[in-house]
Amino acid sequence: MLNVSIYRYNPEVDAEPFMQDFEFDTQGKDLMVLDVLEKLKIQDPSLVFRRSCREGVCGSDGVNISGKNGLACITPLSECVRGDKLVIRPLPGLPVIRDLVIDMSQFYAQYEKIQPYMINNSPPPAIERLQSPEERKKLDGLYECILCACCSTACPSFWWNPEKFIGPSGLLQAYRFLADSRDTATEERLANLDDPFSVFRCHGIMNCVQVCPKGLNPTKAIGHIRNMLIRNAA
Amino acid sequence: MMDFLARFTFTGPSNWIIQRITAIVMAAYLFFIVGYLITNPALTYDQWSELNNLLLMRVFTLVTVAAVAFHAWIGMRCVLTDYITVRLIGPKANGLRNTLQLGLALIILFYLVWTIKILWGL
Repeated sequence: MLNVSIYRYNPEVDAEPFMQDFEFDTQGKDLMVLDVLEKLKIQDPSLVFRRSCREGVCGSDGVNISGKNGLACITPLSECVRGDKLVIRPLPGLPVIRDLVIDMSQFYAQYEKIQPYMINNSPPPAIERLQSPEERKKLDGLYECILCACCSTACPSFWWNPEKFIGPSGLLQAYRFLADSRDTATEERLANLDDPFSVFRCHGIMNCVQVCPKGLNPTKAIGHIRNMLIRNAA
Repeated sequence: MMDFLARFTFTGPSNWIIQRITAIVMAAYLFFIVGYLITNPALTYDQWSELNNLLLMRVFTLVTVAAVAFHAWIGMRCVLTDYITVRLIGPKANGLRNTLQLGLALIILFYLVWTIKILWGL
């Protein structure tokens, strides 16, 4: 039997959060954490969590699984169960709305700041703006981000200054547009990032790289932005 | 001028560059002093005094202490604004952080003035 300990908090009923233990029979299968949550929800319908695609594409079910942020739908029990115990908590650092559901407003506010869309005011060509294969290759490892917030909520700098530090996810996206040959707002984008907090509060501890369920490397992207800012300032 | 100062003091890239340059200065000073002590094992007071009376050496020492001052100011401000925040310790954080920053500035200034006083015997 698997002992599953889940963070519970319903602000309308509970004075404070608590951990609730469930016994779960895996029947010897290496299920995904989301499967366990789904089955426990049948047992206790008051349990609340987000989920949608259940295949690591939508980024809805980011949770803290036995101490490490990840997507419940693509994390097998064999990767996260220690002894016979599985501990599931909401992503750390953001306010909890209920149980495993967090309020991601701050995360999205930072995402919005970096203007996550192409800026190019020249008249559009008849068909499309072309890129060479080399230019397109620069976007690999950047565009795949699904905004699950696993990285930003694993980052101490984001916990401490979520209003000022953009966070690894936002910065990965910022570099995705800085690196895009079709985008013409490089100067403007850099000017919006050159305060001491937005980029430079990254101290390179690479928690983001360790937890990214898509295997991306925000620290590397942040390094590129930092170099661009320094070159711009010098 | 103020624009340049504000830009130079308060932007991320300039803080980053200052931290690296001051680190190089401190490392150079450390290597020099350690190297000097190793190559002069029987160092006397007169020799040490003579070295530190050289104008070049006095300037080097002052530049190094100034580097420590800038390095400490930027680094400690970073630590204070990470840990002493309203989010972490409540509403008293802003007052406490400002007080600590003021204390830090005074200590740094004191050390700078003291260094000049020692070096030039003012």
